[in-house]
Amino acid sequence: MELQQFNYDNRIVRAFIIATVVFGLVGMLVGLTAAIQLFYPVFNFDTQYTTFGRIRPLHTNAVIFAFVGNAMFAGIYYSLQRLLKTRMYSDTLSWINFWGWQLIIVAAAITLPLGITTSKEYAELEWPIDIAITLVWVVFGWNMIGTILRRREKHMYVAIWFYIATFVTVAVLHVVNSFEMPVNAFKSYSWYAGVQDALVQWWYGHNAVAFFLTTPFLGLMYYYLPKAANRPVYSYRLSIIHFWSLIFIYIWAGPHHLLYTALPDWAQSLGTVFSVMLIAPSWGGMLNGLLTLRGAWDRVREDPVLKFMVVAVTAYGMATLEGPLLSLKNVNAIAHFTDWIVAHVHVGGLGWNGFLTFGMLYWLVPRLWQTKLYSTSLANTHFWLGTLGIIFYAVPMYISGITQSLMWQEFNEEGFLVYKNFLETTVQILPMHMLRAAGGALYLTGAIIMTYNLIRTARQGSFLKEESAEAAPFVRGTRSNGGWHHVLESKPVLFTVLAFIAILIGGIIEMVPTFLVKSNVPTITSVKPYTPLELHGRDIYIREGCVSCHTQMVRPFRSEVERYDPLHGEYSKAGEYVYDHPFLWGSKRTGPDLQRVGGKYSDSWHFNHMYQPDAVSANSIMPPYPWLFEQSIDKSETAAKIRALRKIGVPYEEGYEEVANQDLEAQANKIVANLKADNIEISPDAEIVALIAYLQRLGRDVQASKEASR
Amino acid sequence: MTKNILQSIDNVAIWPVISFVIFFLFFIILIWYVLTVDKSFIHYMKGLPVDEGTDNKTFDQDETQHP
Repeated sequence: MELQQFNYDNRIVRAFIIATVVFGLVGMLVGLTAAIQLFYPVFNFDTQYTTFGRIRPLHTNAVIFAFVGNAMFAGIYYSLQRLLKTRMYSDTLSWINFWGWQLIIVAAAITLPLGITTSKEYAELEWPIDIAITLVWVVFGWNMIGTILRRREKHMYVAIWFYIATFVTVAVLHVVNSFEMPVNAFKSYSWYAGVQDALVQWWYGHNAVAFFLTTPFLGLMYYYLPKAANRPVYSYRLSIIHFWSLIFIYIWAGPHHLLYTALPDWAQSLGTVFSVMLIAPSWGGMLNGLLTLRGAWDRVREDPVLKFMVVAVTAYGMATLEGPLLSLKNVNAIAHFTDWIVAHVHVGGLGWNGFLTFGMLYWLVPRLWQTKLYSTSLANTHFWLGTLGIIFYAVPMYISGITQSLMWQEFNEEGFLVYKNFLETTVQILPMHMLRAAGGALYLTGAIIMTYNLIRTARQGSFLKEESAEAAPFVRGTRSNGGWHHVLESKPVLFTVLAFIAILIGGIIEMVPTFLVKSNVPTITSVKPYTPLELHGRDIYIREGCVSCHTQMVRPFRSEVERYDPLHGEYSKAGEYVYDHPFLWGSKRTGPDLQRVGGKYSDSWHFNHMYQPDAVSANSIMPPYPWLFEQSIDKSETAAKIRALRKIGVPYEEGYEEVANQDLEAQANKIVANLKADNIEISPDAEIVALIAYLQRLGRDVQASKEASR
Repeated sequence: MTKNILQSIDNVAIWPVISFVIFFLFFIILIWYVLTVDKSFIHYMKGLPVDEGTDNKTFDQDETQHP
């Protein structure tokens, strides 16, 4: 058959590689800053744009979507063309994908420090950016499916299945989790409330890990590992099982992020069962990767690319064993809300995503620039710095997580908490936080060395923009003889639809009852919508990222009830959150839980504490918030906020928005009068007044109902 | 509470049964396929990333290309 001549587009791959390296360095540097802030609060720099609460989402978004995201695109744009023996479907779409994605990253880098956030983890970006993400993602999928349809190779290699699953699932997750009611161009409220919002968020959050950080990288592993080792994957049969079982099972596991919370028990159990099942496909994949190197282990000693990949695949195996263990309720009771989870995600992030990206870059750059790697010894140095960095990061975090958790739960012989003051448990683990920052610094140093090495490599070579290739055209209609899956691999659209159905089943079975939960959550009659002033305060709480360090979820443990609500003995109930758009349960307790903080301290305590935390609580690592005392709330927004919330089901009476500011002022004046009694002068419009109103409201509804029943 | 939620869906009892059947059948068929699939096809697919650029034929045209 006549061979066709065509060119592979390497320029788009180069663009994504540059973006990967640049945003990788930025994301890690921001992460290091956040790590230092946790033991040296002065690194919050006393500006509102650089405090931990705003920096933390900047770090997670930068490393997940900018670093790993660009690496994923670079890897896919290179391998897809070669596996299908065709150029990308459209150069224009490729470049829209590239520039669109970078614009989204820039928008995130501007809005997050400004405090423009939805507060939902890894989905913090506000609604206009959400729409942009959807559009760019569709362009990526369109380009990919178009390329698959124009292929010269009939069968889709397993890596491409993982790419397709990534596209389909991330699209579904992003759209469902981003339903929100805009208040203005920079502010929206989640469509869902409380328990529902939590389930949708963690269905999203878990599967963002699964389908943004895992499946695309498994696709990359199945392509670049055989490439680097120059031998085919160990078992293609295993890879088929790996793929289908992974996408079938992963989508169910989200509720394991909400064990012991107010989420219904059946959903929690479902999450646990599927998480345990996930060990099988994950380890199948890991073994498949490692066994690909059988007979080539001698080369692992010499080739930095293989070294990085071996550690990456091993880290994948460790993280995917640890994940299911963490979803057992007894383990979760210790680990949840602590640094253990931080260690877990960084084994995955630094080890699996980071190291696979580094291995891929060390393999790709010399090929694209038609030269040899500038320095193998520098790459080896990077490898050892990175590996030590991961160890120095993870081990202190495990120690710190377990230490703090045990301290939270320790009772003395009289039946009282040994460490009644939460701060004692924080101070105890600060040395571990310092070691963690050292680990992060090592890892970042390695990445800087890599950047230098890659730049020198590119400089000594010459970039091949268009790589010529030839292949026979793919003649449609030739009959397959390898069974149904064989047929499936030659029908990409059908394949995409089936993958879509596989991920939808889990989602629907989890979601349908949850969407009915609303009418079934036991109503607590004393739970009322927030007052206008509290609403403003809550939005400040969201803006400052308080949820990064403070949970609002007292789990049903004796130690937690005793610590957070000794007077009434109430753990958190689903009915308390029915007006919480979005939910603010949080996932990490760097500071204490706040669900029952209302009424615990005086208004002036909160006032002084927010102004200078360590003057009120010695050794506190909470940053000061002086701008809350200078900035005023925007009362002209009150009506829009009330209207938006009413549209999504909060029962504010019709017309209330017209008089809401009168209530707001009355409540603010009351707080100002309280403060005045303690010799504190402040304007009733100051943001701190609204925040105090919100903090003093937390938990009061439940206490009121308890007192009424007495 | 759990009971209430599930009772409010019609015929909810069939859900877990359907889920189980879907899972069970899917994985049985998948394993059956993987165990019985043509060996030369597996070899061909395995070779796709490592052989690229040199291979101009497809599996269906020449199954013996990758023994």
